[in-house]
Amino acid sequence: MSLHSRSVSFGYAHEGRDSFALHDVSITVPHKSLTGLLGPNGCGKTTLLKLMSGILTPQSGMVDLSGRDLASIPRRELARHIAVVPQETHPAFDYTAIEMVLMGRHPHLGPFRLEGPDDLAIALEAMTATSTDHLAHRAYMTLSGGEKQRVVIAGALAQTPEVLLLDEPTASLDLGYQLEVASLLMRLNRERGVTMVLATHDLNLAASLCDTLVMLRGGRVLAQGPTREVLTGPMIQQLYDVEADVRFHEDAGHLTVVPVRRVP
Amino acid sequence: MSAFDSTEAAPELVRAAVGVPPRPIRARLVTTVVAYGTLAVVTCLLAPLVGSTPISFSRVFDRSIPFIDNVDAQIFFVARMPRVLAGAVVGAALASAGVVLQALLRNPLATPFTLGVSAGAALGAILAISFGAAISFGPFSPVPFATLVGAILAASIVYGLATKPGRAMSTSVLLLAGVTLNSFFSALILFVQYMSDFTETFRTVRWLMGDLDIGSFSPVLGALPLLLAAFAVFAMLPSSLNLLSVGAEQAATRGVDVARVQRLAFVSSALATAAAVSLAGPIGFVGIVVPHLVRLMVGVDHRIVLPASAFFGAAFLVACDVVARTVLAPVEVPVGVVTAMLGGPFFLWLLVRKS
Repeated sequence: MSLHSRSVSFGYAHEGRDSFALHDVSITVPHKSLTGLLGPNGCGKTTLLKLMSGILTPQSGMVDLSGRDLASIPRRELARHIAVVPQETHPAFDYTAIEMVLMGRHPHLGPFRLEGPDDLAIALEAMTATSTDHLAHRAYMTLSGGEKQRVVIAGALAQTPEVLLLDEPTASLDLGYQLEVASLLMRLNRERGVTMVLATHDLNLAASLCDTLVMLRGGRVLAQGPTREVLTGPMIQQLYDVEADVRFHEDAGHLTVVPVRRVP
Repeated sequence: MSAFDSTEAAPELVRAAVGVPPRPIRARLVTTVVAYGTLAVVTCLLAPLVGSTPISFSRVFDRSIPFIDNVDAQIFFVARMPRVLAGAVVGAALASAGVVLQALLRNPLATPFTLGVSAGAALGAILAISFGAAISFGPFSPVPFATLVGAILAASIVYGLATKPGRAMSTSVLLLAGVTLNSFFSALILFVQYMSDFTETFRTVRWLMGDLDIGSFSPVLGALPLLLAAFAVFAMLPSSLNLLSVGAEQAATRGVDVARVQRLAFVSSALATAAAVSLAGPIGFVGIVVPHLVRLMVGVDHRIVLPASAFFGAAFLVACDVVARTVLAPVEVPVGVVTAMLGGPFFLWLLVRKS
């Protein structure tokens, strides 16, 4: 499934006035792509993700999911197409990992229908795919950061979505867990053909994972296109006001970004 | 992409299979309802046997003696059963409202009284006691009626403050408005008490302690439509409450109509609380102790916790009332004092255990 935003604008009301978070944003997330969403704090990355997941509705323009207006799709049906992985998940109660994952089946069940053997099989399969099956009966709150995030991703997979939206999924993880989650995402994208949008501040993560990048600054699209074309020194300087050294790393097999200095 | 490929074969790979598959939810639900339902029914059948006059269970249900001559049956059904039944419905209502509000506010320490409903109810009751309001409505006598009006009024104020059309509720505004309204109404209550004479003040204080001695079945029947409406809504909520307690936005991306579920949860729990308080006064701690105890026993899935809490709440309050009737017999201890004396230390223990 492909996802497009067409001239989307959205503002948050602030002291009676609308302060715009996004101006006329048109982006394309190609089918089966792994698209990175880059930009400084407050540039509108999270707002754009919320618009693309249907949590927010654009004030003008529209989001298009394979030819359908997102706003016209009932929320339960939408949840069967698009799943979201937030930066962190803090449940108020001590659910077990398998209970967290099974909640992903919600959009496939009616209000009074309990999950059956099929749902359980799908949940366990999602846990196997994220290497969390051995944690099934552990309390979610007792898991490490990386394990938690993998369980949350398993829950999103249990929704059996075609599109996965991730908001800085590795931001609170250490280097080892970052690699773990990153390799998991890449595998899911390649093996299952899940279209992914990944908002991140980690340029090297984006360089290694994403085939397409969208750069946002001040609520507008600065650039979008294939990673190797848009991830350049001048572009990064425009995006973050930071001079950066971008090189192809032979051993890693992808571009790497070393920030050098802040420019005014 | 070798950097990532290498981690696939790396740490974390001692992967044990999922030992025991989790028990299907359907089986757990059936077991829970049967077990906790039995507990509630048995408690309600045993409780009327306890009291100043000893009666025998076999004589109560002895069909060969006509009811008119069967003193044991009369004591069981006429003298003691209304009170037991009141305890059961009030306990079930408060415990379920507690479960629903804790999920709505994403706060395990919320109680049915957190949102100001009980303070509004108390103010209504106290105005009725002090000014002897002669308003009555259908099956309600003045005090329960004023209680109900006060509770619904308080809930409406909090609801109005925390909702905006088409938007999800602000749970922090809900909490703050509820807590503020609680203290505001408490101040009004103190003021009314200060202006009242001694007898009225005593009645007021006694009402605030909570009391299940309702005299006949009719108050329970009067509260029943409200309670049934509340429970019908409760039955629709559990799986949405699971998702809501994980996170409101996360719930929305999984197909939950968050604003609607929040409204239903608020209105139904306020109704249940109002009905319970109008029957028996503000009996504290049931709404928090029971859900926590139940979670310790059955886990935290609301589809299990909610029915289990309803039944366990019924059994718990009926049992507390037996203690209240008998522990200092012939003097009766207010049941609210018993639940608070059991609930207070337990609550503190929960808090300490958490930190």
